[in-house]
Amino acid sequence: MKIMVAVKRVVDYAVKIRIKPDKSGVETQNVNMSMNPFCEIALEEALKIKESGLAKEVVAVTMGPSNCVDTLRTGLAMGADRGIHVEAARDLVPLSVAKVLKKLVEVENPGLLILGKQAIDDDCNQTGQMIAALLGWPQGTFASKVVLDKEKQVATVDREVDGGLETLCLDLPAVITTDLRLNQPRYATLPNIMKAKSKPIKRYTPEELNVEIKSGLEVVQVTEPPKRKAGVILSSVDELIDKLKNEAHVI
Amino acid sequence: MEKWRATTNLRRSLKSILNRQLSSVSEFRYLNEKRSCQSSFNLIRDCKSLGQVNAIQHRCFSSASTLVQRNPSFSTLNSDDISYFKGLLGEKSVIQDEDRLETVNTDWMHKYKGSSKLLLLPRSTEEVAQILRYCNSRCLAVVPQGGNTGLVGGSVPVFDEVIVNVSSMTNIISFDKVSGILVCEAGCILENLISFLDNQGFIMPLDLGAKGSCQIGGNVSTNAGGLRLVRYGSLHGNVLGLEAVLANGDVLDMLGTLRKDNTGYDLKHLFIGSEGSLGIVTKVSILTPPKLSSVNIAFLACNDYSSCQKLLMEAKRKLGEILSAFEFLDTEAMNLVLHQLDGVRNPLPASMHNFYILIETTGSDESYNREKLEAFLLSSMEGGLISDGVLAQDINQASSFWRIREGVPEALMKAGAVYKYDLSLPVEKMYDLVDDMRIRLGDLATVVGYGHLGDGNLHLNVSAPEYDDKILEQIEPYVYEWTSKHRGSISAEHGLGLMKANKIYYSKSTETVQTMASIKKLLDPNGILNPYKVLPHSLNS
Repeated sequence: MKIMVAVKRVVDYAVKIRIKPDKSGVETQNVNMSMNPFCEIALEEALKIKESGLAKEVVAVTMGPSNCVDTLRTGLAMGADRGIHVEAARDLVPLSVAKVLKKLVEVENPGLLILGKQAIDDDCNQTGQMIAALLGWPQGTFASKVVLDKEKQVATVDREVDGGLETLCLDLPAVITTDLRLNQPRYATLPNIMKAKSKPIKRYTPEELNVEIKSGLEVVQVTEPPKRKAGVILSSVDELIDKLKNEAHVI
Repeated sequence: MEKWRATTNLRRSLKSILNRQLSSVSEFRYLNEKRSCQSSFNLIRDCKSLGQVNAIQHRCFSSASTLVQRNPSFSTLNSDDISYFKGLLGEKSVIQDEDRLETVNTDWMHKYKGSSKLLLLPRSTEEVAQILRYCNSRCLAVVPQGGNTGLVGGSVPVFDEVIVNVSSMTNIISFDKVSGILVCEAGCILENLISFLDNQGFIMPLDLGAKGSCQIGGNVSTNAGGLRLVRYGSLHGNVLGLEAVLANGDVLDMLGTLRKDNTGYDLKHLFIGSEGSLGIVTKVSILTPPKLSSVNIAFLACNDYSSCQKLLMEAKRKLGEILSAFEFLDTEAMNLVLHQLDGVRNPLPASMHNFYILIETTGSDESYNREKLEAFLLSSMEGGLISDGVLAQDINQASSFWRIREGVPEALMKAGAVYKYDLSLPVEKMYDLVDDMRIRLGDLATVVGYGHLGDGNLHLNVSAPEYDDKILEQIEPYVYEWTSKHRGSISAEHGLGLMKANKIYYSKSTETVQTMASIKKLLDPNGILNPYKVLPHSLNS
């Protein structure tokens, strides 16, 4: 079985982000970029499944400008066997990503498609669900545990939901999106980094795949949330009641 | 409670105190029972047994091998003094509350505890000057204190010295974005300065595990070293100026912000590293390097110490200008960290290796630097210098590597009693000492070695469930003599403080120390600043 993992290059989780002066988005020039943490978890899960003998190959896929290849290299250094880079000039919205992934799935025929539950730059949490709908595949999102049964060709997924944990049984092929507690991603070891240099990365363009990536969404403005105002120290209960009544209008 | 050790010095000085009452000695530590002693050897024996009986809350132990006596020429605090300070600083900055005093009287390692009755929190240089002027006129001993993260007992009182803590002086006075020169008050916490500079695109030239609590005034006063010394050099090079208050209240304004200034004797160097014994540093002007975008970090494993050395040589040659940190830890240190700290995992779990090396590179061109580091690592692996290694792929992974190295002191504290030594040794000989100590101590304790291999600085730590004289006997003075024989330093970056006040002769000549004593006498004639520390006690009388 082949597993396809979608990974995204995002601003590093630990960076303090800044808004561009023209408010069109977040500053990404000269900022550390790395693989989306949820995508790392997705890749780690795929590698674990391959190591347990239930899959033969792990293919990492990414979409975006040419510097996205760095993220693919990280994926290969972690242990993925092949990389696919779909070259696209600008940021793609989840629906476009889902459409491209559908075409790639038709080419590669994986038994399992694993993604991170959301990207930390847009927090959309849509791609996994959209691709499952486009493919007509079952989906297990927010996975905190995945167990595969090769004979019955099902995946048992524990999902982290608001009420607790929900266990689903999915017929393969299926789409799984990963949540934080699924696993702890491995480090890229030097021997693997060495091997990664010779692993193949296939390049596609959306035109080659016959996918329309024009987005129906336009980002109008990005602003910082309002700064928290400093607290006020009051001297008596009367003053508190007065402020609650007349300034905050809550009583 | 304290355990005492007798040395020839002790016997000599004891003859002179034989007639003194035990009470003057007991002020140093809490003693529940006072006993009168007939002879010097009874004193030692009684104190030893007292130590065992009264080892209550604090794991107090001093490796001072001479008996420290409270200097009788220092006055004791009286209510007039308290009123004066309250009038000068305001009620809020004069602390006599027992609980708060408890914290400031004890050092980070819970090894040294003083009995000061007064904590002062000045908010400006002027207040510090007035405090010192008053204390000098009254002959009240003073301990300058900052973050209280020192490891040699230099930041806490020995007896009832007044604690002058600069934590309230936290202003960042100015920052020049073109030159990177930062001027700030001594109480600024290092981590806060790092965050501030981060927003401006600069970094502090020093970085240490204690950054969340240590203050720049203390860093400068102790000439702190840290993790980046191999790249940015010591504070002597990075501090462009400072403002210090002398014992008599005079303010020395040497707060220059010039890279070059050859006008007269450069006195600021006296204050850098003198551990508060020549003056209290109140403001610092420091040159900060620009923040370079590309930081890469690798965590590597080596089979033996000679590979570590060769790796260092290769790193200096092949990574050259982008090398910013080169640290090592041995397998005992790694075990300790994995065992004692939460949320830490071994980056190289395949097997336990003998030595772990952490290499960090900082440069301006991401792809160029990464390739350079990868090429270096791969060739070292092929050459057999490294047996395994990982390269951090994002900032979180990088932080987790640093957590391991920076967490060793914390893990040692949690593991029980620790005897800490900080030595500068020739790189080839460094680990021989660790091996020697393992043979000497056998099953008595675990010997852990880690440190700044790039600077030739070994942190030798001996960890045991409890403090025990048998262990101490095996360590001291062997460690100091070993270091001295190889012309190393018995305190590479931690300073002398109280712990090594009488050990200076292992690394400095008599004439040098005499000159130091003369300078101390010149700048602090009454000896009120941080007494009993840094220089040998025999020079004080």
